[in-house]
Amino acid sequence: MTTVARDPVTAAEPAPPPPGEPAAGPSRHRFRAAAGFAFGAALLFAVAPLMLSDFRLSLLAKYLCVAMVAVGIGLAWGRGGMLALGQGVFFGLGGYAMAMHLKLADAGPGNMPDFMMLYGQLDELPLWWRPFASPWFALPATVLLPMAVAFVLGSLVFRRRVRGAYFAILSQALAAAMVILLIGQQGTTGGTNGLTDIQGFFGYDLDDPVNQRMVYFIIAGTLLALLALARHLMHSRYGELLVAVRDGEERVRFLGYDPAAVKLVAYVVAAGMAGLAGALFVPAVGIISPALIGIVPSIEFVIGVAVGGRATLLGPVLGAVAVAWARTALSERFPGTWTYLQGLLFVVVVAFLPGGLASLVGLARRRGGEPRDGLLSRVRRRRAGTA
Amino acid sequence: MSEQLHGLSIRDLRVSFDGFTAVDGVSLDVAPGDIRFLIGPNGAGKTTLVDAVTGLVRATGSVRFGDRELLGRPVHRTSRLGVGRTFQTSTVFEELTVLQNLDIAAGARRSWATLLRRRHGVPAEVAEALDVIGLAGRADQLAGTLAHGQKQWLEIGMLLVQDARLLLLDEPVAGMSHEERDATGQLLETVSQHRTVVVIEHDMDFLRRFARTVTVLHAGQVLSEGTVAQVQADPRVQEVYLGHPVDAGTAPTPTEA
Repeated sequence: MTTVARDPVTAAEPAPPPPGEPAAGPSRHRFRAAAGFAFGAALLFAVAPLMLSDFRLSLLAKYLCVAMVAVGIGLAWGRGGMLALGQGVFFGLGGYAMAMHLKLADAGPGNMPDFMMLYGQLDELPLWWRPFASPWFALPATVLLPMAVAFVLGSLVFRRRVRGAYFAILSQALAAAMVILLIGQQGTTGGTNGLTDIQGFFGYDLDDPVNQRMVYFIIAGTLLALLALARHLMHSRYGELLVAVRDGEERVRFLGYDPAAVKLVAYVVAAGMAGLAGALFVPAVGIISPALIGIVPSIEFVIGVAVGGRATLLGPVLGAVAVAWARTALSERFPGTWTYLQGLLFVVVVAFLPGGLASLVGLARRRGGEPRDGLLSRVRRRRAGTA
Repeated sequence: MSEQLHGLSIRDLRVSFDGFTAVDGVSLDVAPGDIRFLIGPNGAGKTTLVDAVTGLVRATGSVRFGDRELLGRPVHRTSRLGVGRTFQTSTVFEELTVLQNLDIAAGARRSWATLLRRRHGVPAEVAEALDVIGLAGRADQLAGTLAHGQKQWLEIGMLLVQDARLLLLDEPVAGMSHEERDATGQLLETVSQHRTVVVIEHDMDFLRRFARTVTVLHAGQVLSEGTVAQVQADPRVQEVYLGHPVDAGTAPTPTEA
């Protein structure tokens, strides 16, 4: 075939340098990514442990767990357009699976966890607790259980083309239902208190600061691994397809894809990440309870992602850590007002900086060029649309 | 690329929404490799017809492309049989580059193993399409920053790499400059060497220059069909376009042979 469509615009003006990321070659990309990971690893593995007290380091471990959830939300929401307002469910499934195993291990073989003796009228361990005695079951379950639930839920929901606010409300309702279920089954779940007072972690005493440090290192390493996975997915063909589904689900359908399957993968991966985060949260904090996985924490996961920049790789992580840190710092000083501040922050970011703080970095980097994300290009696009 | 050309054959197609019949028993045949223009006043059922063929709305009757029945399949399955369409408003993926847009369009048959890997280089069919639609110099540009006409070409290019054998284009030259219309028309001529093309269009000048055959729809039914000259000479078409009321239920005017 020959070229027949001459492009009058190209002929008239020289093609502008392609804006943003696509300009860089793949090798430069990879170098930058490797350098970024090395920097992140140095920060997490050397600088933070040297600079921070044991108390602060354990707080950071907690924040990094939240950041893991954020990586998944960045994928599902930022790239896939699914506003997952109920990630607490998956965080909770992972957390409870891990905590159940650790409680059983604390109690010793053949014994029941302490809380069951206290308020249960149980004579023996409930059937559904038993498999969690084995680490070979419990550890994979922390990730696979949330993924399985997300698979079933996503299969039902995406094929029926539930999306946008409806999907957000649905996922939120699920978080509420899970909390009600846990509280209602106090005898076997610990009820409102949750599973508390976890002492050991695979033979290591969690009261020992050295072991707490070890847990921190595991968490930091896991976060980096999840970031690498998310980066790979974002840069794969699948990642491009996911953005296409986000921006034009119908169009993708007409290209011969089933958008439901595309969304399902991102949602299931995000659920797995949240489950892993929940599982590691338990040894870091020593507790998992309904209050940590319900509606409010589910929304807080999303706020961090929105603030950092949902469509970027690092935005959700930095945003999640920043918001979690601000919550600790500010709620110490102004206990009553933090919730309002947080809500305000969310509204301001969504309304005025939809690309999050990451889009500010992008704007600064491309000063004079075409901004890719955020307010300016939106306004421009809107104008172009009405013209 | 398989070189086999197929024709489109529609029989007694009907689409109703809540009692309103948008397409009312349309039968028409588009020969393999034809460039068929569908014209008609607003509300004639042109876009609904395309919606029905692509599986977007439910319809009764029969639509065959080659030897395959298209009705009753979900949209993405119909697409995989080689049916591609564009929309009145351009629907390229604005946050992705031209190259990424085309690569996605080319990939509906890719395995998950391929999808989960990174794209290396430019697939041959994508490179060819970039040439054909004249956007080779803009492969790495975000589609959202393209000019209006270029977006339309990108859409056509996406149909090419999708390996659509039947192209259904909804007002492809709306809002284009004269040069862009010419380029688009020539593009359609090239494309029709290996594909069957159906175009919905209001632009009569464009129609005269590039249509091989024309079907005029009116009130959900076929009013007239033939070459451009035949259709233009048809008094029923003149009536509809000059605004005289025509009762779709009455018999054709006596001038008909």
